[in-house]
Amino acid sequence: MSKILIIAEHLNGHLNPATGKCVSCATAIGGEIHVLVLGNAPDAPAAEAAKLAGVTKIISVARSENEHALAAVFAPQIVALAAGYSHLLTPSSTFGKDLLPRVAALLGVAQISDIMAVDGPYTFQRPIYAGNALVTIEAPPEQTVLGTVRTASWPGAASGSSAASIESASPEITLPSHTRFINLQQGKSDRPDLQSAAKVVSGGRALGSAENFKLIYQFADALGAGVGASRAAVDAGYVPNEMQVGQTGKIIAPELYIAIGISGAIQHLTGIKDAGTIVAINKDPEAPIFEVADFGLVGDLFKIVPELTAAVC
Amino acid sequence: MKILVGYKRVVDYNVRIQVQPDSSGVVTDGVKLAPNPFDEIALEEALRLREQGLANEVIVAAIGPANMQSHLRNGLAMGADRAIHVSTEQAVQPLTVARILLKLVAQEQPGLVILGKQAIDDDSSQTGQMLAALWDRPQATFASQLSIADGKATVVREVDAGLETLEVDLPAVITTDLRLNEPRFIKLPNIMKAKSKPIDTIELSSLGVESGDHLQAIRYHPPQARQKGVMVKDVAELVEALKAKGLL
Ligand SMILES: Cc1cc2nc3c(=O)[nH]c(=O)nc-3n(C[C@H](O)[C@H](O)[C@H](O)COP(=O)(O)OP(=O)(O)OC[C@H]3O[C@@H](n4cnc5c(N)ncnc54)[C@H](O)[C@@H]3O)c2cc1C
Ligand SMILES: Cc1cc2nc3c(=O)[nH]c(=O)nc-3n(C[C@H](O)[C@H](O)[C@H](O)COP(=O)(O)OP(=O)(O)OC[C@H]3O[C@@H](n4cnc5c(N)ncnc54)[C@H](O)[C@@H]3O)c2cc1C
Repeated sequence: MSKILIIAEHLNGHLNPATGKCVSCATAIGGEIHVLVLGNAPDAPAAEAAKLAGVTKIISVARSENEHALAAVFAPQIVALAAGYSHLLTPSSTFGKDLLPRVAALLGVAQISDIMAVDGPYTFQRPIYAGNALVTIEAPPEQTVLGTVRTASWPGAASGSSAASIESASPEITLPSHTRFINLQQGKSDRPDLQSAAKVVSGGRALGSAENFKLIYQFADALGAGVGASRAAVDAGYVPNEMQVGQTGKIIAPELYIAIGISGAIQHLTGIKDAGTIVAINKDPEAPIFEVADFGLVGDLFKIVPELTAAVC
Repeated sequence: MKILVGYKRVVDYNVRIQVQPDSSGVVTDGVKLAPNPFDEIALEEALRLREQGLANEVIVAAIGPANMQSHLRNGLAMGADRAIHVSTEQAVQPLTVARILLKLVAQEQPGLVILGKQAIDDDSSQTGQMLAALWDRPQATFASQLSIADGKATVVREVDAGLETLEVDLPAVITTDLRLNEPRFIKLPNIMKAKSKPIDTIELSSLGVESGDHLQAIRYHPPQARQKGVMVKDVAELVEALKAKGLL
């Protein structure tokens, strides 16, 4: 039977919902599921992880060097604790993408990136070419399977009723000091988080300025939606990088996605393939975004968006 | 300081990729190939460091089939001083690529290795991190800003939460994000100049690299296509439609 270790992602004392999505993927693999929480004060996220349905044990490692999630610092600790596990999983967030390949190389095994479906304990599906093709991959059963989980493909595990045991561990290893955290500039926002929001409104190059992007924020606030953007809007400086949706930004799966003044380049569409309903607003009736939109409206966003905002208020 | 740059050849990002009818792979015959966009950014960054006097040699490295000469000439025309071609007809997976790059690192002793954050064909986003682990050196992935002084690199990274700044001792591995820079266009005279720059070709089999190609691709398939929906004529009709679906 499989024995699966999930490396928890957490920030400011809170478990990232992506960890719960890894639990769903682990449940599909089948087996015993443990969660490893590395931190300088891991108790709060460990307690949250203990409530995730399906998890039977939390391993918590408290160490001052673990204050920030540095791959070079986390990886050797994970290697020290990996013995006996058949699978190691992280979300395929920037945290997991940065960390897990470092663990894989130390263990001398391959990594499967962006697991979107599980066909068996050693057989997985993942997207390639910006999601324009999917490939079914088989990993050798005699090696530890390392995988990052494409969070948009998985529901979050239920939380609440169960309570896994929490054990602390302290692997005796010296950690490198060659990598030092300086700071994290976090966009402050009261809006729903882009990656977990049920509704997302995104704006593109057509907005023309940071000032005009307010139209998008106002509409999103009227809807209670998170806000995203195309790469062109981020590159032009209308909005910060963490709002980029797409192949090289965030892959999201909201129930409702509204693309405003976005043409629908393949790299953008990769980020929204799993959205429930896609709405496109664009003045060009030939824009490729209409090929994937459930509802399309041709027209000038500067006229349409204020009308929409008024209509949903 | 020498800088080693990963310079992978991939299917051009504008190509709409198709899966082979027999599910054995994707159609790559006759499609346009191009340098991985993230590797062009890596090369541009290395060239700028050389132009600032922080590096004295920029080497591009590509692993792939024998017909990659013109691809490497591109990198030389953009401004690299020389190229290393590790020749193999077989597709290599990230762990193998990292082990190959480690051999090149041992040979060249670079102060900095810059790779793309991902190759846009396989989208693995693994190679740089694996190389850093095998080399036992720092990594700073998804870089959108890089500055170098006193044997250290300060790197701003694009992470899900925002922008993270790290300081790493050199040598180190950096992987590039899209906003690190805008790569220069290749000028015609530089294409001529590139013809006399050296390309060192090494057979993969002569490097003695243990294969890390542990994964097997058993089937390729097209993604489920989204159905084209309907066009609505105005805001009122759109609001009606969304209400009918319970989305408003
Ligand atoms: C390696 C690589 C990775 C990439 N990764 C990403 C990624 O992760 N995410 C991403 O988004 N892109 C990504 N891109 C970029 C992508 O190819 C496109 O360039 C980008 O998505 C275009 O953004 P846009 O749709 O806002 O701009 P445009 O393509 O310029 O589209 C603007 C649209 O607005 C419409 N418009 C203009 N004025 C109005 C108006 N008044 N009212 C209504 N509509 C109007 C136009 O008709 C047009 O369709 C990547 C590219 C590369 C090469
Ligand atoms: C199971 C499996 C089967 C495959 N089968 C095939 C196949 O039949 N045919 C095929 O064409 N491909 C195949 N591939 C894909 C191919 O081997 C990928 O190129 C490889 O997995 C590396 O992934 P990546 O380029 O996405 O790495 P990433 O980690 O995303 O690359 C990051 C960076 O590493 C550097 N880098 C990576 N590779 C090279 C390179 N070759 N030269 C120079 N620098 C490099 C670049 O700087 C790049 O930006 C297969 C992959 C897998 C996992």
